[in-house]
Amino acid sequence: MRYLPHTPEDIDAMLKVAGVGSLDDLFQSIPPDGRRKKPLHLPEPLSEWELNDHIDKLGTGMAVGPNYRIFMGAGSYAHHIPAVVSDLLGRSEFVTAYTPYQPEMSQGTLQAIFEYQTLTSRLLGMEVANASQYDGASALAEAVLMAMRISRQKKQVAVSRAIHPHYRRVLETYLAPTDYKIVWLPYRPDGVTDLGALDTVDDLAAVAVQSPNFFGCIENLETVAQRAHAKQALCITAFSEPLAYGLMKNPGSQGVDIACGEGQSLGIAPSFGGPALGMFATRMKHVRSMPGRIVGQTVDTDGRRGFVLTLATREQHIRREKATSNICTNNSLCALTAVMYMATLGKTGFKDLARLNYDRCEYLKAQLRNAGFALPFAQPTFNEFVVDFGKDFEKTHLRLAADNVIAGLPLERYYPELAGHYLLCVTEMLTKDDIDRLVAAVS
Amino acid sequence: MKEYPGATGLILNEPLLWEKGKQGRSGFSMPRRDVAPQPLDDRLAGDGPDFPQLSEIDVVRHYTRLSQWNFGVDTGMYPLGSCTMKYNPKTNERQAAQPGFARAHPMLDDDLCQGILQLMYDLEQFLIEITGMDAATLQPAAGAHGELTGMLLFHAYHKSKGAARSKIIVPDTAHGTNPASAALCGYRPVAVKSNDQGILAPEAVAAVMDEQTAGIMVTNPNTLGLFEENINKISAIVHAKGGLVYGDGANMNAVMGIVHMGQIGIDVLHLNLHKTFATPHGGGGPGAGPVCVRRHLEPFLPVPRVIKQKGRYRLSQNFKHSIGRLHAFYGNVGVLIKAYSYILSMGAENLKKASQLAVLNANYIKEKLKDTFHLAYDRPCMHECVFSDKLQQPYEVTTLDMVKRLMDYGFHPPTIYFPLVVPGALMIEPTETEAKEDIDLFIDSLKAIAAEARDNPELLHAAPARCRRKRLDETTAARKPILTG
Repeated sequence: MRYLPHTPEDIDAMLKVAGVGSLDDLFQSIPPDGRRKKPLHLPEPLSEWELNDHIDKLGTGMAVGPNYRIFMGAGSYAHHIPAVVSDLLGRSEFVTAYTPYQPEMSQGTLQAIFEYQTLTSRLLGMEVANASQYDGASALAEAVLMAMRISRQKKQVAVSRAIHPHYRRVLETYLAPTDYKIVWLPYRPDGVTDLGALDTVDDLAAVAVQSPNFFGCIENLETVAQRAHAKQALCITAFSEPLAYGLMKNPGSQGVDIACGEGQSLGIAPSFGGPALGMFATRMKHVRSMPGRIVGQTVDTDGRRGFVLTLATREQHIRREKATSNICTNNSLCALTAVMYMATLGKTGFKDLARLNYDRCEYLKAQLRNAGFALPFAQPTFNEFVVDFGKDFEKTHLRLAADNVIAGLPLERYYPELAGHYLLCVTEMLTKDDIDRLVAAVS
Repeated sequence: MKEYPGATGLILNEPLLWEKGKQGRSGFSMPRRDVAPQPLDDRLAGDGPDFPQLSEIDVVRHYTRLSQWNFGVDTGMYPLGSCTMKYNPKTNERQAAQPGFARAHPMLDDDLCQGILQLMYDLEQFLIEITGMDAATLQPAAGAHGELTGMLLFHAYHKSKGAARSKIIVPDTAHGTNPASAALCGYRPVAVKSNDQGILAPEAVAAVMDEQTAGIMVTNPNTLGLFEENINKISAIVHAKGGLVYGDGANMNAVMGIVHMGQIGIDVLHLNLHKTFATPHGGGGPGAGPVCVRRHLEPFLPVPRVIKQKGRYRLSQNFKHSIGRLHAFYGNVGVLIKAYSYILSMGAENLKKASQLAVLNANYIKEKLKDTFHLAYDRPCMHECVFSDKLQQPYEVTTLDMVKRLMDYGFHPPTIYFPLVVPGALMIEPTETEAKEDIDLFIDSLKAIAAEARDNPELLHAAPARCRRKRLDETTAARKPILTG
């Protein structure tokens, strides 16, 4: 086996030093009743070629672009990934290192994460960010737990139903064993969160919304933050499409206390939903309640600038059960992808790309309206939106899929009241021609 | 004169991203604009983020230089204890990048995703076979996420029995994530001490196990690199009081094909695919932390689950006792593909061989260094061995000094000051993919450092001297945090 470098002579020499007669003898401390009676039953090992063939066979049956035109976002977005990003990400000094516990040997990872923290803070208009969360859903759950810690006594959190249904389900899972309660906020006819219920609830640690929300609608974060703060609650906003902040006002400028969400859009391949990047940012005054690893700037003994993991006294390896979180991950490679992507696009590239997403999506909305379809939510959107195709559309949806076109995500499974409604998404990967063909096919 | 891998070389300087660039640059190939600009509500529009403006070559040089300040497994031996820094096969990267997988949207109909669902289904079966458990979930995105999943399963199980429990037993040798994960589920960790042999005594567990205790979290082999020899008795004690046994599988690399986790009484076990199954650590993530369970805990596993019906694979939500969802989608699928590829490349015999050689390498290092450094527990070890700086204390040299000096010799330091039960711990896990000659060089380096500790301790206090940076001031970093630029 090419990964195992030991020759029989090596093994003999080493066994002699270890003072045992055979490889099996190394395991004498394992009691007989714990040992396997039969060898593992697994497929015969594959050669590198056989493995390529096998994986290619599994992969070719998958419905992916460019063979398929997929008008679907819903938390996973097909954006162009520059070759620069994929190539640099392959640098094995980044890929095969571990968490930078030894800073002198990890300055590359550390500086890159410091850069990620900085660009993420700029993108979201926040003061501090980390690169430690698994995905948008767990980032939201951690944000809610953090708000509970900051509030100390409060036991309730108000959560918008216009947050991604999977994120909400993860939040419920995290909160299940606690005595924290979720107050669900419905959405209004125009597609944004109805904050009316806040008037009647006390004891709120936080109000959580998503913007753009699951329907693609831009929430008025300033209002949400004001209403939350009036209740002495924190304002949390999640997001699944950070490219929106290339065009739209960022959360920080609108008074949000914790901005968290999914960073997959920033150069990370969809990869059936993971690995992803949980983005997490907040105000400096809350940094000591923040979960996850943080990189800080410092100097070495010669006074030269360098970077280290810092504020570790919040963390599990020091605080054990009193830690702010059990997070051990430093989601470095995904954060590196995101910072390389943000650096490659730069200020103008990021803004222009966001605008192109918006414009193409608005074009699709206009064409669908012209074709007579209702777009039930009036609130402006970024690159996805809801259309009412009608309850008989399912057959058309299937027919289009057979034709390699995915006409959005049916919403009924998540919102029974939205039968016949579909969530459509357009990124820069779909052209005007693709859009025109979709509109012609559904009309 | 022996030549060690450590050397001085040309290290290029590189500023922070925003200290480079010029207005008007971008490294992105913008798609052609084929629609007219559409109206945008001014009240919603922002200024866009203040990102640096760089050309493509600026970005390439920047991150190429940064990468050269890093040390990875591909650079050299990385014997970080409990982290299993084994070689990450290149072919696995190719498999995960297969366009059918890399571009797959996670919310398409099952019929459009059969390939990846089949892979996930088969990987679950492989992990079940390797651990000796009955069912698995691939959703947890990391080891600690797997632990949280495990604790949620404990919680759901006890709730189904009509009695939520309040405590959990956590040995003093446990990873810090164990008590932190348990605390998230409202469990109060009760510490038990390992005995003078470095393992848990059944009596110590019996003394604290009661009917308010949800169970125990055991890492086996434990973080001293020792097999918990009393595990069957301990499991029986916990089960007799209605408790469950959680196995932290972080150290599974020692016992593949050798120990049957079901047979030693483990009810829930998480695996770290980035350790045992050779997927890259990526600077700390992404990893994957699948959880395997025995039959009685299967009803509580997270949804959706991959099921097989009439030769087709489906994602099913139809498990009414499930704890719910742990991930926005199905976990770190890209990582799962790499682990699957590793298992298929290795096969049963080589997986067992990997564990045997990992244990051989660790025992070899233990024997070769035990006259040079104080060995915390002089017993046969599994995949790692733990020394301390006790013999070097007379020279006022610490574990930290020694491992910083090890960098100058061209090796990544072992894990230090963990486990906490060994003061000044030096925890070495070579893994099976290190060849004898590299291990010999590592041993010689540590011996040379021990001699330097005696003859020239200043050299160690000033180490490292050959890295891009000398020792960094972590105290100031924490006192006056500068977290963005």
